[in-house]
This record gives sequence, C-alpha cells and structure tokens, in this order.
Amino acid sequence: MNLFVDAWLWLVDPVNWQGSGSIPVRIGEHLFYTGLAMLGAALVAIPLGWLIGHTGRGRELAVGISGAARALPTFGLLFLFVMLIGVTLRGPSTVFVLMLLAIPPILAGAYAGLEVIDRRTIDAARSMGMTEWQILWKVEVPLGLPLLIGGLRSATLQVVATVTLAAYVNLGGLGYDIVQGIQLRSYDQMLGAAILVILLALLFDALFAVLERYAVPRGVRAGRDTDVRTTPTGRRATAELTATT
Amino acid sequence: MIEFRSVSKRFDDGTLAVDDFSLVMPSRQTTVLVGSSGSGKTTLLRMINRMVDATSGELEIDGENVSTIEPVQLRRRIGYVMQNSGLLPHRRVIDNIATVPRLNGVPKKQAHERALELMDTVGLDRDMAERYPSQLSGGQQQRVGVARGLAVDPNILLMDEPFGAVDPIVRADLQQELLRLQRELDKTVVFVTHDIDEAFLLGDQVVILEKGGRIAQKGTPAEILAHPASDFVASFIGADRGKRALSIQTIDGAQVLVDGDGNLAGRLVEAGPA
Ligand SMILES: Nc1ncnc2c1ncn2[C@@H]1O[C@H](COP(=O)(O)OP(=O)(O)O)[C@@H](O)[C@H]1O
Ligand SMILES: [Mg+2]
Repeated sequence: MNLFVDAWLWLVDPVNWQGSGSIPVRIGEHLFYTGLAMLGAALVAIPLGWLIGHTGRGRELAVGISGAARALPTFGLLFLFVMLIGVTLRGPSTVFVLMLLAIPPILAGAYAGLEVIDRRTIDAARSMGMTEWQILWKVEVPLGLPLLIGGLRSATLQVVATVTLAAYVNLGGLGYDIVQGIQLRSYDQMLGAAILVILLALLFDALFAVLERYAVPRGVRAGRDTDVRTTPTGRRATAELTATT
Repeated sequence: MIEFRSVSKRFDDGTLAVDDFSLVMPSRQTTVLVGSSGSGKTTLLRMINRMVDATSGELEIDGENVSTIEPVQLRRRIGYVMQNSGLLPHRRVIDNIATVPRLNGVPKKQAHERALELMDTVGLDRDMAERYPSQLSGGQQQRVGVARGLAVDPNILLMDEPFGAVDPIVRADLQQELLRLQRELDKTVVFVTHDIDEAFLLGDQVVILEKGGRIAQKGTPAEILAHPASDFVASFIGADRGKRALSIQTIDGAQVLVDGDGNLAGRLVEAGPA
C-alpha cells in the first residue's frame, strides 16, 4: 500500500502541477493525441461504415477490417511507422497508428448500427418517397446512433490507453511519466501517471455510457408500459429502460 | 386510372414474379389483387410506385408512363400502406403521419394540424398523437399507417395486406372503416390480400391471381361468385363448400338457407329494391 500512498503524494504535490513537464501539460498532450486520432479515425470510419451499412455493399470489407485490424500489435506498428517515416514525422505517424487502432471499432459501430435496423422500416421510408440521403439522415443515423457511440466508446478507451506509448517516441503524454518513472525507479511517479491514465479511461467510458444511453431514440426505448404523456416533456427525459446494444 | 400492359418482372436471381400482366384499374374504385403467397401481388403493387421496376411492358397512371416519372416524386404522390405499418419507430405518431408533407416542404404547424385531422378520419384518438409506434396496438398502428398513406391526399392508395397481422375482430373493424373511408374519399385503391373474403368485401373489382401474376379471373365479386371461370377459381373462392355453398331447405313451409357445413345461414325472402 505504501506505493499507492507515494503515488498519491506525487499526484497531489503542487510541484508536479507546475511547469513545462507538469501533470496538466502531460494530460493535455495525452488528450491532444487522443482527440486528434479519434477525430481522424471518425472522419474515415463513420462515412465508410454508413456507406457500407446503407448500401449493403462491402460488408465483408467492414467485417474484415474490424476483425483483422483489432489484432494489430500497436507497439510494433508504432515503431515500424517511426522507422519508416523517420524521426521528423513522429507526431503524424503516431497519430496515424492510433487512428489505425481506432478505425475498426468505429467502423464496426457505424456499420452495425445501420445493419440492425429492420429492413421493413427502411423499405417503408423509401416507399414514402424519401431520397437516399433522407433515409440515411432521418432514419438510419438516428436509429443507428447507439451502436455508433458504442464503437466510439471502445475506440476511445483503446486510444487513451495506447497514447501512453507515445512517450517511447518522445512525444510526451502521461506515458512520459510512466517511462521516466520506470527508468529512474521513481515508482510514485510511474504509478501516479498510470492512475491518471486509468482515471481518464474511466472518465471517457462513463461519458460515452451516458451518451450511448441517451442516443437510444425515445420511441425505441419506450416500451409498451411507458406512457409518454405522463413523463416530463424534455425530449429524452425518460431513462427508465436500458439502452439496447 | 392505372393500366398495366403486358408487364413482366424477372428478378436478378431469375425468378419470373410477374409474367405478361395486363389490367386496367379504374379510377376511384377499389381493385383487389388476391392470390396465394408468392403469386406476385406485392411485386405488382410495388411496380405502381416504382419500388420495383418492370422488366418489360408498360405501366401507365392516367396515361402517363411511370418509367418517365422520377421515383421519389412518384412515391410522394401515392399512398402506401404495408402489413407491418412500416412506421418510423423513433418518431411520434403525429410526426409519422406528417412525414411526407414535411418532406414536401409543408410547414410543421400546418402538417401537424392536418395529421390530427387525419387521425380523426381513420378513427384514432387525438390523444395518441404524442405516442410512439411501440406504444400502440397492432390495429392502432395500422390506422396510423393508413393516415400516413392519406397524408398528401393522394389519388392512389396502395395497400399490401394492411390488415393481415391483426386479430380477426380488429381486422373486421378496420375493413369496415376502410369501406367508410372509401365512400368518403373516393380514392383509387389497389388492395392486396390472400384472403378471398376480404377481397369480396372490399373490392369493386377483384382479380384472382395464380403464380406469376397470371389472372385466373377478374370481375365484380358477384360475377366471380356466379360464374367461376375455372376449377381453380371455384376452389379458391370456396364456391362448392362451406359458407358459400348455400342450399334451400323447406321447414314448415318456409324456406331457409343452409350452408355447406350444415349451418343455418338465413331465410329466403323476396328481394327488396336494391
Ligand atoms: N426482391 C426479390 N428478389 C427475388 N425474388 C423475389 C423478390 N421479391 C419477390 N420475389 C419472388 O417473386 C415471387 C412473387 O413474390 P411477391 O410479389 O412477393 O408475391 P406475393 O406478394 O403474392 O406473396 C415470389 O416467388 C418471390 O419469391
Ligand atoms: Mg406479398
């Protein structure tokens, strides 16, 4: 337990909260790479997943990418890219590797969200005279949102954890304290930083869990027993039923 | 008027669902396509709003070839009601009904006002406007489906086994409601069913289909009942059995009608003025 006390003391020591290599800076770096990688991955994976889910074409591609890429050894990839692209492009190549990691779960979520929608609902939307864009935005995206957010959730968790490796190519982040802590045998620093990584991951997980729940359209959540007329008027005020994932 | 001229449909997998189908569906009348499962009813119906495109032949609505009309535009002026109601689960009843008018740019307030009127028309309590489809019974969902089909006040209403999935009592209710609606609204209705009783009840023109959309017989219910064109038709409509095979029996000088199962169907009286 002593170690945890030390880690705690390291965490609350004001000295570690100021200056260039301080905890807030490391968290900032960590979040920066996480955000960048997630943004890039989302920009690639969401449109692609929706395209595949909407058209039903390229299903094998989606399944293949999500399956195979999930098994990618991140650490090895990271070094590979750093060696290939060279030391000057460490930042972009790290983000690129993190993107590769984040794309499969997002792609799977975007695609599966559309895939699980009752075909008859889509058929009805089309036969009413919705254009393909309208079907996508007014029917498929809202109904598929919970699974997409589920995909973003697991991608974020993986990325937040993996950004730690950025320290190995000298990019900072909370991994810096972990690596330095190991090298200098200052285990309070190592453990303190590791705890922060875990806290960040838990924070994101909780955030996405809430989002996921509220993304379930009310009409889908509302079972037969719920009478909307008696519930508060806020659009998504009812949360009594669990999200379906 | 909807006119099919030698229309055929072969699906990509080679299935010939409709083989050389020709028929005129008169305006402001109900044409019922009736046949067993797989006879091509749905395919025929969906060719009218181009959810399915014919492989060959011509299909005209009021003299206009549908292949020249852009599908989205065509569909927005034709009402379509399907078996499972096809309601959007994430939208309230009122928004479901107002969907197509909203797509056409009708302001929300106006579209909702009209949706509420339509709820009256199809016999739905306005209180249900705020509910979601999952909070309605099957029969109520079908009513919403009909209201949605009527939302743009289309000339044509396509109905694909709309009452097939509700229980018999509710179905009878909905059938009567549709008859009433049709008296009021005068739409060109194309109704698909596999239930001959429903076909005879609702149809001005009944078209009995065999596999491949081949017409076994068409005519008014009375014509078909009076002169089944073939053994297939006779057997399909049950002309030789059950409640359609009535015979006269004399009991104490009065004539009563007994059906094929031996059940009393009624009493023979002088026909009054029609
Ligand atoms: N999209 C499709 N692709 C291939 N075959 C189809 C398709 N839709 C219908 N069919 C086939 O066409 C025939 C007629 O189907 P359908 O029009 O749905 O009949 P019904 O509505 O009378 O039951 C059936 O043999 C069915 O299997
Ligand atoms: Mg059918």
